[in-house]
Amino acid sequence: MTVFAMLFLSIALMYACSKSEEEVTPEEKKITFSVPSNFPAPVYNFEDNKLSNAGFTLGKKIFYEARLSADKSVSCGSCHQQFAAFTQLDHKVSHGVNNCQGKRNTPPLFNLAWQKAFFWDGGVKNIETSPLNAITDACEMGTDIQTIVTFLKNTAPYPDLFKQAFGSTEINSQLILKSIAQFTAVLVSGNSKYDKVMRKEGSISFSSSELAGYNLFKEKCISCHAEPFFTDFSYRSNGLDLLSADEGRSHITGVASDFGKFRVPTLRNIEYTSPYMHDGRFYSLDEVLEHYNSGIKASTNLDVQLKTGIPLNITEKEQIKAFLKTLTDHEFIKNTLYSES
Amino acid sequence: MKLSQYFLALLCPIILLSSCKKSADEVTADTKSSFSIEFENQVNGSPLVLNTTTYKNAKGEDFKINVFKYYVSNIKLSKADGTTYLIPESYFLIDASKEESTNITLKDVPTGDYIKIEYTIGVDYARNFAGAQTGALDPINGMFWTWNSGYIFVKLEGTSPQSPATGNALTFHIGGVTDPNNTIRTFSTEINAANPLRVRTDGKPNMHFKVNAAALFTGKTDISFSTLYLTMGGVNSVIVANNYANGLFRLDHIHN
Repeated sequence: MTVFAMLFLSIALMYACSKSEEEVTPEEKKITFSVPSNFPAPVYNFEDNKLSNAGFTLGKKIFYEARLSADKSVSCGSCHQQFAAFTQLDHKVSHGVNNCQGKRNTPPLFNLAWQKAFFWDGGVKNIETSPLNAITDACEMGTDIQTIVTFLKNTAPYPDLFKQAFGSTEINSQLILKSIAQFTAVLVSGNSKYDKVMRKEGSISFSSSELAGYNLFKEKCISCHAEPFFTDFSYRSNGLDLLSADEGRSHITGVASDFGKFRVPTLRNIEYTSPYMHDGRFYSLDEVLEHYNSGIKASTNLDVQLKTGIPLNITEKEQIKAFLKTLTDHEFIKNTLYSES
Repeated sequence: MKLSQYFLALLCPIILLSSCKKSADEVTADTKSSFSIEFENQVNGSPLVLNTTTYKNAKGEDFKINVFKYYVSNIKLSKADGTTYLIPESYFLIDASKEESTNITLKDVPTGDYIKIEYTIGVDYARNFAGAQTGALDPINGMFWTWNSGYIFVKLEGTSPQSPATGNALTFHIGGVTDPNNTIRTFSTEINAANPLRVRTDGKPNMHFKVNAAALFTGKTDISFSTLYLTMGGVNSVIVANNYANGLFRLDHIHN
């Protein structure tokens, strides 16, 4: 009898033990914002938005919450898919609520903490306010921030998650936007082969064609696609059309010389971010390179450096492509910390 | 008996001390109090009534107003000796459809006599590009442009038979902070030195401003609704901002 009791007790104790371990394990590693050593200081540094695991978790949950959109079909994550470096694979332009097709190609989301302006036209100046654009656009999420505040207030477990993240069950637009920024600003992509070569990590080195491609890149592309972000964040016209159907940067500045200009996109993770250009007109890197080789049109505000195009022979194109693929950050794309859970 | 005498003796200096302190309150700057500002929305001297009343612009064109909202921020007070006090975090959204928003209270203002007040019509440059805001600057208030981030400083929507837009709509969303289309304007007015704004610990004065919504359409450029009926930043917003910069507000009186 006593043996039984002891056995029972020890089983109960073991169970309790394993039970509490289970509860402890989700206490994952601390979420941090890490600056790769080959990157400069970030623009956004969480000064007024203290990064925490709870804030990150909440931001991520909101990011993947489709019920926020007008027809409950579209979340941020619908057009910003991790396996495509947080752009939308195979979509020329973003695909929003009610099957509406947006105007421009979804930009990928990473290294946003180094960006001073957002979207193809640079209309938004702060990472925290960036989601408002997609939230309110009739062709994206088609809703408004008031509706989202109300939804989150009335939907478990959000009030609890806000309390864990910010110490109060109060939910307002500021806290929603700050939590989303805790997720999006943490998305740092700086572990590509290129980065490891630059940081001289281990014995990693470029292959001969990658190295040839890098040298060509420095000769022909780097004046706009500057390291280490592979964009200089400027607005330029790359001669896609004689007359651009999209006014681009001038929509923001009202300045005629900005007509048809768009922000130079990053080339990091470009292997996974097709289609390319502001309107997603090119599906392959071959098409992109051929555009610079032979397709530049004399558009009104064409960038001076592109007046005669960028002559590239077949070998050079292959070498540049080989180099561009060293910009893929597999760790970033597969990091489960960023995945919908 | 003896005890109460002691008590009285003790009490006297306390009374003296406290009365001393009281008068010091009124002359030194380390005491604080509050005052309020009332914004009385009008159209050319008539009360602003949303949706129903017809008004005339300077060109004699009829119009009605459905929405009238504007930001007043960075309120700064000056004394006769030239010292100034910028009220921290002073951002207010006045909305003609919300009575309570037309009377604002400024707290923790150093006591003293102020002979000048100035404020931004709109929101300063930095806050237009700052991170997520709350209170008067919460984007929930419908005064934040999401596609070209920045605040709408003054929003007037209505109708006019002259407007060729759908539904004869008038849409004046004035904002933008970068040259050449910067619409930040500062309003300032002297206060009659004979009746300055007297901020006191024992008094809460009220400033009464009259706000003329029709000032958007006249002043520097008389606007015809047949040609200008919609602006959301840009060159035309600058024309409107230049109009209202001086004409929108007028200090009517102060109750001290």
